[in-house]
Amino acid sequence: MGAADVVTADARAAIERRGVRIVDTFAEAFDMRAARVVITAQSAAWARTAGQSMTGFATSVIGCKVEAGIEAELPPETTPDGRPGVSVLLFGFDADRLGRQLVDRIGQTVLTCPTTACFDGLPQGTERVTVGGQLRHFGDRFQSSKFLDGVRYWRIPVMEGEFLVQETFGVQRAIGGGNFLILATDQRAAVAAAEGAVDAMRQVPNVVLPFPGGVVRAGSKVGARKYKNMIASTNDAYCPTLRGKDGVDSQVPEGANSVLEIVVDGLDRASIEQALRAGIDAACRPGVVEISAGNYGGKLGKHHFRLHEMLQV
Amino acid sequence: MITLTIREQPTVPLEAELLSPDVVAPLSNGEIRALPVQLGKRQCRVDDFFTVEGEAGEEIEIRGDLSKVKWIGHGMTRGRVSITGNAGMHLGASMKGGTIEVSGDVTDWLGAEMSGGIIRVTGNAGGQVGAAYRGSASGMTDGTILIGGSAGLEVGMRMKRGIIAIGGTVRDFAGLQMKGGTIVLGGGAELRTGAWMMRGTIVSLRPIRLLPTFAFAATYNPVFLRLYARHLTGLGFTIPYDDHDGAYQRYTGDASVPGKGEILVWAPRTS
Repeated sequence: MGAADVVTADARAAIERRGVRIVDTFAEAFDMRAARVVITAQSAAWARTAGQSMTGFATSVIGCKVEAGIEAELPPETTPDGRPGVSVLLFGFDADRLGRQLVDRIGQTVLTCPTTACFDGLPQGTERVTVGGQLRHFGDRFQSSKFLDGVRYWRIPVMEGEFLVQETFGVQRAIGGGNFLILATDQRAAVAAAEGAVDAMRQVPNVVLPFPGGVVRAGSKVGARKYKNMIASTNDAYCPTLRGKDGVDSQVPEGANSVLEIVVDGLDRASIEQALRAGIDAACRPGVVEISAGNYGGKLGKHHFRLHEMLQV
Repeated sequence: MITLTIREQPTVPLEAELLSPDVVAPLSNGEIRALPVQLGKRQCRVDDFFTVEGEAGEEIEIRGDLSKVKWIGHGMTRGRVSITGNAGMHLGASMKGGTIEVSGDVTDWLGAEMSGGIIRVTGNAGGQVGAAYRGSASGMTDGTILIGGSAGLEVGMRMKRGIIAIGGTVRDFAGLQMKGGTIVLGGGAELRTGAWMMRGTIVSLRPIRLLPTFAFAATYNPVFLRLYARHLTGLGFTIPYDDHDGAYQRYTGDASVPGKGEILVWAPRTS
């Protein structure tokens, strides 16, 4: 299930970009907390493997407790230990729960991955969570620490050699749930537009796209019509197969037969806006009918990204 | 910047712990001249031994052979002390921050029990670099000491944190009763290196004789040393860390304590 999308009946006043209608609506996003983890390894491939493993099953904070993605690949000269690496951004509801996710995920997916080491990528973070200071217990008192430039690192002996992890990681305020919808003539056109958008958005620093390949096909609404214990259920307003059905306030315009959503989490508003602008621009291509966005009428999230305002900047 | 030049060698060691940026920075030239220094039992003035030029700031330059002048930079927290010439005992002892640079040699107790800052010596040092004073539980607890030449006995004795990097050879008992921190021995060491060490790391870039209470563990290149290499490279001191160049032989000990310390001995790749 993707980010919830109950779109109000916004006027379909639209601007166009390369023949694609941009609906005058907004994406609604939420306050979150974020951490950045820098994973290094003997090779870029192993660093990437650890990053992919760490960000698996991290699409929605509702279902997975955390949203995460690989932010960037890092050349050796930019990492703390001079080896190739990746930076991973993780988003949670608060520092405490995010810290628990860091311990679990680094412990299960980075500590176990050959040749890796793990560093804090947000040293300026206003809050700090203990990670290496927890994982050190895996060392069964054979672990040792080093203290350099005011930072403590834990050295945990493992079969391959030694796992190095920073004791604490910074956490900062962030925004989760920026999004837009691609409404296309068919599935193939929707996927192609989404892939182009993801490629463009991944060039932007400070953001990640937490869903598979950066794309959500199963957007959701809050709760459910029939199943009262469901936290979220399918976003019927954007399911093309439900257009015209009784009880469905379909928002799928004529000519559109497939809808994909791109969700973006970021460290700050400016980065998310930059990513949304780049993504929407790249998605405006033949086969795309309309670009819209998911919101809850502006009642739940305090961050509103108005598509027209962003694109006119 | 204030510049002091020694014009009269003291007959006995001169204690000049007030020659520190923390003390000197807010003073006028005249007030600096009048600062007390201790010659044996006798209290003297700075200008009894030094000419004092310029106005005070965060930087003090001291010129001449100061090998009989003790405690310069004692407890300093900021600023810079530059010494052109040799320096006496206890230079930078208990310092908490700032930088001391010596173009020359220094004698014993350099940076003893320091907790921050950087000391850089181009020449040789005496014994007890960064060490704990007799009866004291811990030596240096943070900061960096770089020595271009050799050093004497008991380097880093009971040190707890921080880095001591020495380009040349050190004498016996380097890392004696070490509790933590890192000592890098660019030119190796004489005897009983790491005796009674409980924690911490001694890195030797030359083969050294080890006590029988150290056990060989493995040959590898620990990742944490890459962080130290980067830190030290920024300070002009190079240590190897790349697989292509060789690897470190890890010895653990001292088992007579018993300890969780380690000695890493660099073994360059031969082919």
